[in-house]
Amino acid sequence: MSQIWKYVRVTPSGGRVRGVPARSSTTSISLPGTPDHLSSQSTLILRFVMSIMEHNGGSVVAMAGKNCVAIACDLRLGAGAQTIATNFEKIFPVTDRMYLGLAGLASDVVTLREKFRYLTNMFLIKESRPLEPSTFAHLVSSTLYERRFGPYFCEPVLAGLERTPSGSYKPYIVGTDLIGCLNFAKDFIVTGTASDKLFGVAEGLWEPDLEPEDLFETISQTLMNAVDRDAYSGWGAVVHVITPDKVITRTLKGRMD
Amino acid sequence: MSAGFDFSNHSRNTFLSEKGLKVPKATSTGTTIVGCLFKDGIVLGADTRATEGPIVADKNCEKIHFISDSIRCCGAGTAADTEFITALISSNIELHALSTGRKPRVVTAMTMLKQRLFQYQGHIGAALVLGGVDPSGAHLFTIHPHGSTDKLPYVTMGSGSLAAMAVFESSWKPDLSREDALKLVTAAVSAGIFNDLGSGSNVDACVITATETEMLRGYVKPNERTQKERTYGFRRGTTAWTAEKIRNLVVSEEITPIGGEEMDTS
Repeated sequence: MSQIWKYVRVTPSGGRVRGVPARSSTTSISLPGTPDHLSSQSTLILRFVMSIMEHNGGSVVAMAGKNCVAIACDLRLGAGAQTIATNFEKIFPVTDRMYLGLAGLASDVVTLREKFRYLTNMFLIKESRPLEPSTFAHLVSSTLYERRFGPYFCEPVLAGLERTPSGSYKPYIVGTDLIGCLNFAKDFIVTGTASDKLFGVAEGLWEPDLEPEDLFETISQTLMNAVDRDAYSGWGAVVHVITPDKVITRTLKGRMD
Repeated sequence: MSAGFDFSNHSRNTFLSEKGLKVPKATSTGTTIVGCLFKDGIVLGADTRATEGPIVADKNCEKIHFISDSIRCCGAGTAADTEFITALISSNIELHALSTGRKPRVVTAMTMLKQRLFQYQGHIGAALVLGGVDPSGAHLFTIHPHGSTDKLPYVTMGSGSLAAMAVFESSWKPDLSREDALKLVTAAVSAGIFNDLGSGSNVDACVITATETEMLRGYVKPNERTQKERTYGFRRGTTAWTAEKIRNLVVSEEITPIGGEEMDTS
């Protein structure tokens, strides 16, 4: 989500103020407590207007490898600039070989996690066949688009192994925007407050046909380095590497600031 | 569950935005989509970039959507809207074809699309180029998000529409050959790719004639990523981790012989 920086003029004696999360409407040009007659003078200051998607912070990244996929998230839960918890996982198992990552407003992360758990269970009861990632991707997409005009503030990322007719597995990663537009990628998917940084790092580090252990290093380094340049993500990370016969879950040692 | 949109989050979201929290933007396809008439039918063209603000969200997305065997629709604007409205109209066109027992017509698809878009007063942000061949001939339409339509021999839409239209205006003429029409469409989309920041990557094309529809996905790829100079793989063990959990998906099985006679397989 793009951040809106507002340029506000205040009195010279007021000095520079940085990173004040604005709670008021975006059209105001004076800082709270600044008298109106002083507000159109000299010093230039910046004011940060937070987006709903950035309120709780957090990021998710998924990558495809050779016969495997990986998905990773940070562990921070915040309320604006204040950190509330450092054990908030944003990735949830859907089936044995499919994990769903949800970044965005934490209450919607929880709501959607429960919603998709319900929808997955209903699918398995009604259809009595395995739920494949390509099927689930469209379920996610339709669920979000149903709320086109009152969306959930969440951008999901899906990583899994899709069973082919021959019985083998092929990597499948997909992401959507907050109203369910699917983005099929063959390399990586990023979302969350550090998505800009993740795009850059992943574009540089990802390479095709990585083995599970190499994919673990690549996704971990991508997430850790991107998240260290994002104030709203971080405080540790969790990585899942999904292979046809096992899922490796590791908790990373990250910066705690 | 019922059909249609669910507005139950709307008042919550309005409350949040009144609190000063900015409402985020959806993925949009700042796009170049084009279409032109030629001797035997229609050629449609599109770039393959999807953007989210200034970020390129998808470098190779598909913007030429299926409506029916001989009708296709290019979409610009809010990506999810173009995706879902074309899927919905494609589905309704199939039902319509089944109930009438005739091949679907381009005007039918156009009318269905414009009526739905008008009903939503522009809130469904889809700008479309609809083209196809039916028993009454080859037809090409543009449909705007508010539901207005145009029927023209060559059309462009999206943020790269000006660049693409410049190419059409200088070179289009009636009764082009298939090769010349494809070349013109490629040139028009390329003008968008190279001159409009919202458009980029590859040229997708689709040639529709009375006898066949040919989808040319990745028809021209002028922006292929070159091989990296070196690899940036990390040595195993680079990342420090504190806990590991392995979930084994292969359940080991043990075979216990229970005696008895072997089955007679002779």
